[in-house]
Amino acid sequence: MNTRRILAVAAAWTMGAAGLAGPLLAAETITVKGSDTMVILGQRWAEEYMKANKDVTIQVTGGGSGTGIAALINGTTTLANSSRPIKAEEKEAAKKNGSDVIEFKTAMDALAVVVNADNPINHLTMQQIGKIYTGYINNWKQVGGPDKRILRYTRESNSGTYVFFKEHVLNNRDYAADAQTMPGTSAVAEAVSKDAAGIGFGGVAYFADNPKLRILKIAKDDKSEPISPLLTGGKINFEVVWSQTYPISRYLYVYSAGQPKGAAKAYLDWILGPVGQQIVEKIEYVPMPGHAGSERTAAN
Amino acid sequence: MSASPEIEEPVHAAPRREEAGPAPRRRRGRLMEFLIESFLLVNGFVAIAAISLIFLFLFKEGIQAFRTIPASHFLQGRELDFDNVPQTVMMWQPVGQNPKYSLVPLLLGSFLVALPATMIATLFGVACGVYLAEVAGKRTREVIKPSIELLAGVPSVVIGFFCLATLATLLQNTLHTTFRLNAMVGAIGVSLVIVPVIATMTDDALRAVPAYLREGAHALGANRWETITRVVVPAGASGLVAAILLGMGRALGETMIVLMATGNAAQVTLNPFDSVRTMTATIAAELGAVPQGGEQYRALFLVGSILFTITFLINLVAEIAVARMRKRLAL
Repeated sequence: MNTRRILAVAAAWTMGAAGLAGPLLAAETITVKGSDTMVILGQRWAEEYMKANKDVTIQVTGGGSGTGIAALINGTTTLANSSRPIKAEEKEAAKKNGSDVIEFKTAMDALAVVVNADNPINHLTMQQIGKIYTGYINNWKQVGGPDKRILRYTRESNSGTYVFFKEHVLNNRDYAADAQTMPGTSAVAEAVSKDAAGIGFGGVAYFADNPKLRILKIAKDDKSEPISPLLTGGKINFEVVWSQTYPISRYLYVYSAGQPKGAAKAYLDWILGPVGQQIVEKIEYVPMPGHAGSERTAAN
Repeated sequence: MSASPEIEEPVHAAPRREEAGPAPRRRRGRLMEFLIESFLLVNGFVAIAAISLIFLFLFKEGIQAFRTIPASHFLQGRELDFDNVPQTVMMWQPVGQNPKYSLVPLLLGSFLVALPATMIATLFGVACGVYLAEVAGKRTREVIKPSIELLAGVPSVVIGFFCLATLATLLQNTLHTTFRLNAMVGAIGVSLVIVPVIATMTDDALRAVPAYLREGAHALGANRWETITRVVVPAGASGLVAAILLGMGRALGETMIVLMATGNAAQVTLNPFDSVRTMTATIAAELGAVPQGGEQYRALFLVGSILFTITFLINLVAEIAVARMRKRLAL
């Protein structure tokens, strides 16, 4: 069954390739696979790059960071997108297959934790958030709030945000069983804005303009200063994300098997250059340090 | 829309056969008849073949879940608590370092929606069916029956949205429930979908009760209420059971409304005002994004197989009930 499917796919691709072969005979194809969080970013990069470089074809697909890295190890993709760093055993596996994995930090992202605007809480520590989401803290009273049961909102398990939050805030423990899963970050925002005892998380951009929500300041531990991911104007504070003083910040990576060559190298250079980084900022992720757009520089 | 052909068959079977009787016919007519009959026969078998294939496909994929997941994990898994003490947990959380595949919260969730939904729908559906069959005049009936059938035609996503946006808030403000979206919100939404099923089937079942039973009751001095409660309803009881069971099967299979209105928290609970995650919602939300052939993919097929088995059994019992009623009334 599997061989047959592979054959069918191969046949379809051959036919497709034959059709394209005429006009694009000289074209180079780069395949990019991995993180769902990065699919939109990856596709925007590819679109813009292909507009400027007609002789290159870039195919971007999701499937998850793990899927992308696995494909890279097996040699079925040119580049892998990942919203988490590669694991040691994955690096080993790639080495066995004959190539060292090279890492590129291409963008950054910060997750905001939000509560309802009626909730007096305005900062929490990472440990408190972890305990809330794993079900060890169940009442707002326990973190200095009103005597109300905490209602946790999370994302569907296929979301990269769900996984990142689980790994970095919950230390790989399970979400409490009563955490309600929402189909998207905007649904989380909607739910918490209606629910006075609610708590939610997601990309900062989804919450920043909602007056019924409060984006919490987060402290690394009891002794640290709570940090807000926002500037006073309501825009993402790039500085705290870059320095990772805002604790729920992450890099978005692109991995390549061995030093990238030819078209892939040119593409990666372009991503890390000013045009690629501007696209990062446009779709509301955080560009790499030193690449803030003009608007941002003015705000600072 | 209505399931009447099955139930009315004993009443009409005799005259129909007479029509098709030994009257002289031309060859061409016979050929036509043969072709039409064969066509209908093939269609009947297509349904059987489709069901068998679905069964096979579901189970073939679902059974493979046992290859990588130990059977006990479908009941409970183990997890370190915050002080790193291992705990047994019944949890459905397939994504993570230590995936959990307990089916308990999903089964509870499905029934926590389907049972209240069936109860609510039975209350209104049976009353409505009895009214249509026994009390309503012809005119009233002609207005009410199509309206009920129209209710069945409302897309479930619309009902789901209504529950999510309006009903949930209303219910929370009146009952002060902890969860705004909970099993009961979903159950009320689902009951809207199955009231028509139960009402039309009850109507059909009661109308299949032969007139002589009613006439006999009247002749013995029973009033209308007594006739309905002591003669007609008991005579059609198996039909009512079938109506309710088919409604429940439909409630268990309903997806969109529960996905939108129940809050989707896979917790082990018996409280109908808690947020729950049903089997259908789990499949709908997760299957689209898991790698094909992976562990979670197979586990979801297992959930599907179990759901299918449950609804299949419920429908089977309903069919048996209908057959029994037919046999009793065709005395």
